Amino acid sequence: MNGKNGNNSGNGGLLHPSVDKVLVIEGTHAASYAVKLARVQVIAAYPITPQTSVVEKLSEIVSQGDLAAKFIKVESEHSAMACCIGSSISGARAFTATSSQGLALMHELLHWAAGSRLPIVMVNVNRAMAPPWSIYVDHNDSLSQRDTGWLQFYAESNQEVMDTVLQAYKIAETVSLPIMINLDAFVLSHTSEPVAIPKQELVDEFLPARKPSFRIDTADPKAFGALIGPDAYMEMRYKLYSAMEDARAVIRDVDSEFAEKFGRSYGGLVEEYCTEDAEIVLMTSATAVSTARIAVDELRSMGFPVGLVKVRAFRPFPVDEIRAIAGRVKKIGIMDRNVSFGATGIIYQETKAVLYNAPVRPPLFGFIAGLGGRDITPETIKEIFSYLLNHDEPESETIWIGLKSKSAKQPEHPLPQNPGGQKKSEGV
Amino acid sequence: MGQIKFQLPPEEILAPGHFACPGCGGTLTMRYLLKALGRKTVVVIPACCWSVIDGPVPYSAAGVPVFHTAFETAASTACGIKAGLESQGDHETTVVAFAGDGGTFDIGFQALSGAAERNEDFMYICYDNEAYMNTGIQRSSATPFGAWTTTTPAESPKAENKKNMVEILAAHRIPYLATASVAYPDDMIAKIQKAHDIHGFRFIHVFSPCPPGWKFEPEDSIKISRMAIESKVFPLLEIFNGVDYRLSREPAGTPVTDYIKMQGRFRHLGEKQIEQIQTYVDEEWERLVRKLAPEQHLHQPESRVASKAAKVILAKSQSRKGATS
Repeated sequence: MNGKNGNNSGNGGLLHPSVDKVLVIEGTHAASYAVKLARVQVIAAYPITPQTSVVEKLSEIVSQGDLAAKFIKVESEHSAMACCIGSSISGARAFTATSSQGLALMHELLHWAAGSRLPIVMVNVNRAMAPPWSIYVDHNDSLSQRDTGWLQFYAESNQEVMDTVLQAYKIAETVSLPIMINLDAFVLSHTSEPVAIPKQELVDEFLPARKPSFRIDTADPKAFGALIGPDAYMEMRYKLYSAMEDARAVIRDVDSEFAEKFGRSYGGLVEEYCTEDAEIVLMTSATAVSTARIAVDELRSMGFPVGLVKVRAFRPFPVDEIRAIAGRVKKIGIMDRNVSFGATGIIYQETKAVLYNAPVRPPLFGFIAGLGGRDITPETIKEIFSYLLNHDEPESETIWIGLKSKSAKQPEHPLPQNPGGQKKSEGV
Repeated sequence: MGQIKFQLPPEEILAPGHFACPGCGGTLTMRYLLKALGRKTVVVIPACCWSVIDGPVPYSAAGVPVFHTAFETAASTACGIKAGLESQGDHETTVVAFAGDGGTFDIGFQALSGAAERNEDFMYICYDNEAYMNTGIQRSSATPFGAWTTTTPAESPKAENKKNMVEILAAHRIPYLATASVAYPDDMIAKIQKAHDIHGFRFIHVFSPCPPGWKFEPEDSIKISRMAIESKVFPLLEIFNGVDYRLSREPAGTPVTDYIKMQGRFRHLGEKQIEQIQTYVDEEWERLVRKLAPEQHLHQPESRVASKAAKVILAKSQSRKGATS
């Protein structure tokens, strides 16, 4: 099976020789330790629940002299991103972390960072947008930023948070674009897991000091971001677009290089689980993937030919990977922990878009689940698979899962009595 | 007014061929800033006239690195650049946020206040032309009472007084705060150089006339700047640590009418409104004088001809106080 789980298992995990020590830490602290290992030079951040422990831990690390970084405790997320932009154009390696409303406040400067082609890395703890106030997970905050020119990763485990921050600096500094690493509020941000902390010298080899191809330099004065006419703006946008296109190969290469050095791989843009002989696959992202692994295992043991696709990179969107999967399965369900009002779930939209011109287009089913921290349990996933097993085509463009108004007649989509019509997968 | 003799630093770092209007105060300010600081300077420019003046891609008139940034981020971007340079061992380069009044008094105020409170180590220059001039003369909180702008038309000119940014920044207790005018380049350069040698957050508020926005002939920019000072509309001063006030130049105390009448933006004002402006200017002046330490009323940043004794001002203000109380 090509579903090699990168999370602590894989080919090495906690016992790999690259490991300095294993800490049982929250997702937020995994980000903080990664920032230390990446030898970030400027940190600018503003507190917001549930991101706070990222910056609290970093404050400790910097105060204790364990990281020689300037830590600017700004008065807003907007200023945090402006500080990162300033420090990055000066040539320094910059970091910030935020969540939800803070990310939304940064929106203008997300464009500024990407348009300036600055390799800033940011951790965003995915939290639902208000109103009404919510501090719990969904992905509308980061997905609302999809057109800003930032790469976006969604992490499934605390180890993946740490490893993706390290990979992100390397990718960002290669393609000159900023990267956002997303982790689910509380489900990951405040859940402790064992995390292998790699040896500093190996990280230094993997991620040497930044060598900016352009920066502010009084010996070579240049103006950055000045007024530009219609004769050249479009070409600059094309370059940004091309850099994002090129990022796909860079993400794959960096993930392979990381795997070689540290023994953990995340598949690049997507990770597949039990998809080799699957007829029905579910695509989703972040911590729901772990839950879905359990549901897939269970359904497989019952003989259902199901598989799982983890969308790790949302920007750039994994076009080739998704087209390849679509070419060999009968149905694809997409579970979005977000909603685009007036349209559908966002990953569903994007998947439809990349398949429209593909040679093979299996039916797609768009599910919306888990908004505002509503639990996504193995039962939720099984309900989705039941729907997929029971329907040749979706009954509507979006299928909301777990809405309370519907819960009276639960389970709405019981599993078929036997895997009927569906080919049993072998070896389960 | 007597002839002032002074020597400006001879090197012209600002190139000719920039995009400024004739008589632009903001451009003279940049010219003197660069003369004062030299080439080891980085300038951060938010949305303002200077987003245009410096020149479109691929041109730049400034002669030093310029980073164009979003409207409300002059202070926060400058703060990041300084931290970035420091983190790479560059402790020499001076980082300057160079913003208009809109980017300073209004939309950039939060970032400015944050940087001032944190005493970030960079210099902030506000070239104040008293409205959103780059977008076509809309009122800002720096627009004075009675002024016409495109959003405060002559039928209902601005009803509020100008925001007192100097007092707001003094309340942040920043190490150095000064006002300057394009009419006195020697004073401005001396203040910028003094600011250069001070560690922490430094703010210089520059009175920057705008011929198209204020409706006067470009050749009168310097004259209008002088009249703003002499009529006490724009006092030249320094404030150390937010509490130690020093006057840089004693105003002659000419009536504001002369200053007002030179500018088309005030053309619609009647005698009563001009009187109202005079009263406000006098009251603000008295409030300022009360803050000057008696022996420090007049303090020119570079020891040039110390004109009249400070006590004259104090005596004047006290007699006026006595008359009104």
